[in-house]
Amino acid sequence: MSLQHPVEKIVTRYWPHKDQNTLKGYKSRGGYQQLAKALGQEPAAIIDAVKKSNLRGRGGAGFPTGLKWSFLPKDNPKPKYLCINADESEPGTAKDRFILENDPHSLLEGIGIACWALGAHTCYIYARGEFKHPSAVLDKAIAEAYADGIFGKKLLGKDFELNVYQVRGAGAYICGEETALLESLEGKKGWPRLKPPFPAVVGLFGCPTIVNNVETISTLPALFEKGPEWFANLGSGKSGGNRLVTLSGAVNRPGTFEVGMKTTLKELIYAEEYGQGLPPGRAVKGVIPGGSSAPVLTADELGVAMEFDAFKPLNSMAGSGGVIVMDDMCCMVRSLWRVVRFYAEESCGQCTPCRDGQPWMTRILRKIEEGRGTREDLETLQHVATSMAPYPPIGLGNTICALGDSGALAVHGFMKFKREFEQHIEEKRCPFGERPWGAFGDFQ
Amino acid sequence: MEMHHAAMTADDTARLEQGIAKLLERYPKDRKSAAMLPALRLLQEIKGWLVPDGVKRVATLLETTPERAHEVATFYIMYFTEKPGRYVIDVCTNLPCALRGAEGMLKYMEAKLGTVAGTNGDKFYLRETECLASCGTAPCMQVNEDHHENLTKAKVDAILEKLS
Repeated sequence: MSLQHPVEKIVTRYWPHKDQNTLKGYKSRGGYQQLAKALGQEPAAIIDAVKKSNLRGRGGAGFPTGLKWSFLPKDNPKPKYLCINADESEPGTAKDRFILENDPHSLLEGIGIACWALGAHTCYIYARGEFKHPSAVLDKAIAEAYADGIFGKKLLGKDFELNVYQVRGAGAYICGEETALLESLEGKKGWPRLKPPFPAVVGLFGCPTIVNNVETISTLPALFEKGPEWFANLGSGKSGGNRLVTLSGAVNRPGTFEVGMKTTLKELIYAEEYGQGLPPGRAVKGVIPGGSSAPVLTADELGVAMEFDAFKPLNSMAGSGGVIVMDDMCCMVRSLWRVVRFYAEESCGQCTPCRDGQPWMTRILRKIEEGRGTREDLETLQHVATSMAPYPPIGLGNTICALGDSGALAVHGFMKFKREFEQHIEEKRCPFGERPWGAFGDFQ
Repeated sequence: MEMHHAAMTADDTARLEQGIAKLLERYPKDRKSAAMLPALRLLQEIKGWLVPDGVKRVATLLETTPERAHEVATFYIMYFTEKPGRYVIDVCTNLPCALRGAEGMLKYMEAKLGTVAGTNGDKFYLRETECLASCGTAPCMQVNEDHHENLTKAKVDAILEKLS
């Protein structure tokens, strides 16, 4: 299968160069020229350009970046902060770590541009604790940038102090939620905060704060090199640029890929330059399109483009770009159990519907998977999910943060395959027996 | 013996104090407790786990209460409030890894190491863990935070063989 719209790479364009993760290599390909250019412009002009580019947050919500930036109060005398969310941990998502490993200076240059535009003199990069290697590469890049006079008392020679620090987490999925991330940065357990106030008004240390994803900020140098109009046109609808997606599960060639906003899910799975399809004789049963909290799609829904708004009519979401493929020999009950069990483990315990609901749903799913389930269990499962977050549409959750929604949405979505759940109940066993994981499920 | 390992020596305390002083340069002067996560990581690097006296020391240095330090120490799974086995092996069994054989891999490792996931032993502490961002390079695991991906039986054998 060939692509209908060829993709001009931006984020991954220099990854094949092994020295791209060094300052020398980065500079040899035009690195830090966009920061120099930006420092000659008014901050307001940069925010306008980002708005015009239709750049949207790559962390999961797809919120327009320029609009988010414009929420920073102008008359607040407190210091402003930029926080980079590198706590990548939504199951199915493995993209930010490759930016840190392959092109960390693109993030650092983006941070320089963003901090100048926002008037922020301190940036914290919050990386998940498990990122030993990516964090080491990033630390080296930060040290290089300081040694080269890019960061510090002056920003690339301009009289604007900027300090950039990496802070490592310690193993908690919830800290990828932006207010939990701020709590963690403040040295506390990661309990999300009620919103409003939003971080742009009351964020880190009670000060105005912008939290952006790694990929979002790493995109800025290329965006300014090519221009905001070019970037907007490259995308589709209200989604500018390209996206990084992670393709996992039952495909011949899993991996992390840069796709266009017009690239379809079907192209991602089958195209030669991407997933290269499924093994002979196997067909797609379901695809989770945006990390494990995004409601699953059926094989009939793969014509959808990877653009942020395209998933809304399907009552799913582009999320964090984690595309998980399940083939026709894969058990959907077992798959959902794995997903919900994760949210049960990672619930921070603050809100009752999530703290009690996720483990409850996990227990019911295990019961059904093992052939001990009843029709009442299936009803209870849906009832619990609805109590946590009614559906559709997405976004009606009853908890402080979206982790509660995540497990509930997964359950709601998998009800597209309700027949398979009923089959488990009727046959009092898993119809897939000892091999529930499909084409690539055996450990060899 | 155990008490001896759990005690903070003068050298341990000095290292902790020096390290924390450096960490505090990153935060506003009235926000010392913000350094809690990196400070606990530092303590764990020094002692191998979060010994109670060390956690108390961290709290004092960050001008907060031992309860606040303990709360953080017990919230995050990468901190050990009890001494872990020499090799902490975190295996991802989430959906993307499970679709590439992670359940079988965990069983294989349990049999090979003679342990059950979730049990802390002297030598091995094998755990199922949260998604490790290796979904396109699954299955994966971390051994004392070193990341291994695209795992096969042969690769797992080779990795475990090196753990003496």
